[in-house]
Amino acid sequence: MEKANMKLKEIAKVLDAHFITEAMDADDLDISSACSTDLMSVVLYYHSMNCLLITGLTQPSVIRTAEIACIKCIVFVQGKNPNLQTIELAKEKGIPLLSTPHSMYSVSGRLFQAGLPSSPEK
Amino acid sequence: MTPDISGNVEGSFQLIGGNFTNAGEASTQLKMKLFEFGVDDAIIRRAAIATFEAEMNVIIYAAAGQLHYYITPENIKIRVEDMGPGIEDIEQAMQEGYSTAPEWVREMGWGAGMGLPNMKRNSDEFMIESVVGEGTTVHMTINLNE
Repeated sequence: MEKANMKLKEIAKVLDAHFITEAMDADDLDISSACSTDLMSVVLYYHSMNCLLITGLTQPSVIRTAEIACIKCIVFVQGKNPNLQTIELAKEKGIPLLSTPHSMYSVSGRLFQAGLPSSPEK
Repeated sequence: MTPDISGNVEGSFQLIGGNFTNAGEASTQLKMKLFEFGVDDAIIRRAAIATFEAEMNVIIYAAAGQLHYYITPENIKIRVEDMGPGIEDIEQAMQEGYSTAPEWVREMGWGAGMGLPNMKRNSDEFMIESVVGEGTTVHMTINLNE
């Protein structure tokens, strides 16, 4: 499988996802890797910066984790939508949020198939 | 690049147990400060992760705590002390995967037993002291020039 960067807009299309927060630069925002987890310490422990986070958790501390770990974008699986507090924090931090109806396994599979590699694990 | 820090910079943040809404605010502000000083991105990330995990531990386990930082051109020293239950067996607590976090904390994506190991991993020097029934103090040093 050839590895390829993906534009955020392209990712949204592959995942049938909608943008919860407006991403001004969705056309240009380049994503080079992704990770899937519901454990925030796993994000902080294993994954490298600038990746996309696929998760089923929607509370504000997910945004904080993303900011600390330098995560570029978050995809919420299974149609989950975060509350207003989470959305406001994401806007403030400039982290685009997407919501997809698909499961975490399916989302990971679709992106992997499209050529997006796993975030390098340390 | 050598960070542009003239003199020493210090400050502190108050942390309130159970306050998940503001969890991470201290680490974010510290991160911005290091960024302003021109510290290398990878080093900022390490400092931010170590601080954030320490901050989360206070919020999860303790009634209250304080995060104190001291930045010199050579390093950043972070001290996080809490009024929490204390840790009975530090060696056990330092093991990856060991956690005493309650179910509701795990449901929020925390309490995987990786906080303390992650602090140690991202620090150049790490020290923890704890008294059961009184609280825990974590000392971390991260070198700013590598």
